[in-house]
Amino acid sequence: MSAPLLDVSGLETQFPTRDGVVRAVNGVSFTVNRGEILGLVGESGSGKSVTGFSLIGLVDAPGRIAAGSVKLDGRDIVGLPNDELRAIRGKRISMVFQDPSMTLNPVLTVGDQMLLALRAHERISAGDGRRRCVAALEQVGIPDPGRRLDSYPHQFSGGMRQRVAIAIALLHKPDLVIADEPTTALDVSIQAQILTEMKALARDTGTAMIWISHDLATVSSMADRIAVMYAGRIVESGPTATVLRDPRHPYTRGLLDSLPAIAQAGEDLASIPGTTPSLLKLPPGCPFAPRCPRAQPVCANEPPLAVEGDRTFLCHFPLGVRA
Amino acid sequence: MTDGFVTASGVSRHFTPSLPLGERIVAAFGGAVERRSVRAVDQVDLSLRKGEALGLVGESGCGKTTLGRMIAGILPPSDGALAIAGEPVMTCGASPRKTTTRVQMVFQDPFASLDPRMRIGDALAEGPIHHGLVSKAGAVAYVRDWLGQVGLEPDYVSRYPHQFSGGQRQRVAIARALAMRPDVLVCDEPVASLDVSIQAQIINLFLKLRRELDLTLLFISHDLGVVRHLCDRVAIMYLGRIVEEGPTHEVYADPRHPYTQALLDSVPKLVLEEGAEVRFKPIQGELPSPLAPPPGCHFHLRCPFAAERCAVERPTLRPVATGRRAACHFAKTDLNIITGSSSSPAVIASGAKQSS
Repeated sequence: MSAPLLDVSGLETQFPTRDGVVRAVNGVSFTVNRGEILGLVGESGSGKSVTGFSLIGLVDAPGRIAAGSVKLDGRDIVGLPNDELRAIRGKRISMVFQDPSMTLNPVLTVGDQMLLALRAHERISAGDGRRRCVAALEQVGIPDPGRRLDSYPHQFSGGMRQRVAIAIALLHKPDLVIADEPTTALDVSIQAQILTEMKALARDTGTAMIWISHDLATVSSMADRIAVMYAGRIVESGPTATVLRDPRHPYTRGLLDSLPAIAQAGEDLASIPGTTPSLLKLPPGCPFAPRCPRAQPVCANEPPLAVEGDRTFLCHFPLGVRA
Repeated sequence: MTDGFVTASGVSRHFTPSLPLGERIVAAFGGAVERRSVRAVDQVDLSLRKGEALGLVGESGCGKTTLGRMIAGILPPSDGALAIAGEPVMTCGASPRKTTTRVQMVFQDPFASLDPRMRIGDALAEGPIHHGLVSKAGAVAYVRDWLGQVGLEPDYVSRYPHQFSGGQRQRVAIARALAMRPDVLVCDEPVASLDVSIQAQIINLFLKLRRELDLTLLFISHDLGVVRHLCDRVAIMYLGRIVEEGPTHEVYADPRHPYTQALLDSVPKLVLEEGAEVRFKPIQGELPSPLAPPPGCHFHLRCPFAAERCAVERPTLRPVATGRRAACHFAKTDLNIITGSSSSPAVIASGAKQSS
């Protein structure tokens, strides 16, 4: 296999606060190949969004990347000066956020802001730019794109606004799109439309994607590989269906058992006891140990990273493995 | 339907935005001004038996929260009547008031519904003391008992809302509703803002409370999986109207309204096979504006089976099987007596005639 498009290694992102340092991302490593969809799942506070922001240098001060590297085609982009990062953002790596009404400028027409995005990276005439924008809106399934270009974001529905945000992210045919909960704010019927379209777009354009979500079902229908995050770490990764069918990490198992879709109606769900730990005071060793049914005293030590074929997991007592 | 414990008959709720100043002046001088109102809930009939859990499902803007608020006595209906055990939920007249404590509500965002400067113990005791359910002296023990019932430490009575996590706050909100000893609990998306693992804990809490307290539950949610798990019956809403209702497992297994079918097809399912080709069958088009919903059947513009009649005539919510109703002109029905000629799905497109 050729070298991966993106190689993230030992990434640590921290936020100093009055009460101490929040280790939002705590030693995360993964790779994304060309044209691949990686699903990054976890609950709120697991560090999945901060991981996404860290990849393209969008961590606001005083937060900072304390350690690790993010290599795009072999070149480390952590700590690059801002103008070099800007040349990458939107051009080679772009991002789709959860709430499109926060990312679109309310006082510019959709066409104007799309043209701005185009001109950030290339010289293009207004006429050619407009044609590119129309094509981009058409690609994401917006009806009557020529007329819609002159509309303002508030004149679009939520689903259509998210389509505009996706069209902007795809304008420069990036190598990688980071999608942070792009369908969470949408209704199921609209979500189904967007999921179908984004998967087809990724396949047609060969764009790789990091799909950040808390929803195992949408990730399972989108991602080739999955990485499960807990308390700032990837606790388990591997091919999506394999991991979800036969998880190694007790946390992944616990997440699956919490889904009402799997349990028998009316029966108690096998919920995970307790709550996610505060990132200010992480317990030593495995952060999941206080909630884990398999925990032993040794879990207070750092868990070993096990590699099994194309899967990895971070656990002293993994499931389904004979010692 | 009058046999229910909780009944809504012909309930509507319209919201009319106030006119801009200019148009108000025009109207004052007798000019013609168009006033458009949103029919958030449009002539809904619904009933719940005692001890039953009914899931109210629909996409955003379908009116499920408005209907829930009316049943909970928070919002007066524009038209129609709501009753619990035959007694009206609210008084009539110009300034309607809630007249019963038999129904209580749990909201989606528990942080917004708890006073941040009030200790949990005081917040929980306020209602029961006011309504004489408990004396001031007995209030602390009463509240401690309810905190224990919802799986919280009784010692939390002296804590403030910000000292709780999201899941714990939702437990507090549930305890506060239950401390009023209601017969009916209206829950508006109570688990939507919670993480999966915490969501499972709260669902388990609802299952336990139902077993122990004989609660009648109206569970408003957009999550079809949660509703299937928790509810005996389900009602699907679309643009202010109920389009289908019936026992949960029957509706999920064999939906009779095209919208229910489409909604079920849209839900992402956990894929556990490598290389499985995942296909959604998304509903075509978008939700129409509730200011100007299409005439006839609200769903006809997006419906694959729509015929001419659907654009003209509003389908009534009619029985299609024992304990099941659907509001579709062409819904498959198992009850020959009512329609005369039952229409099978094969003849859906041909438009079976029916007069009722």
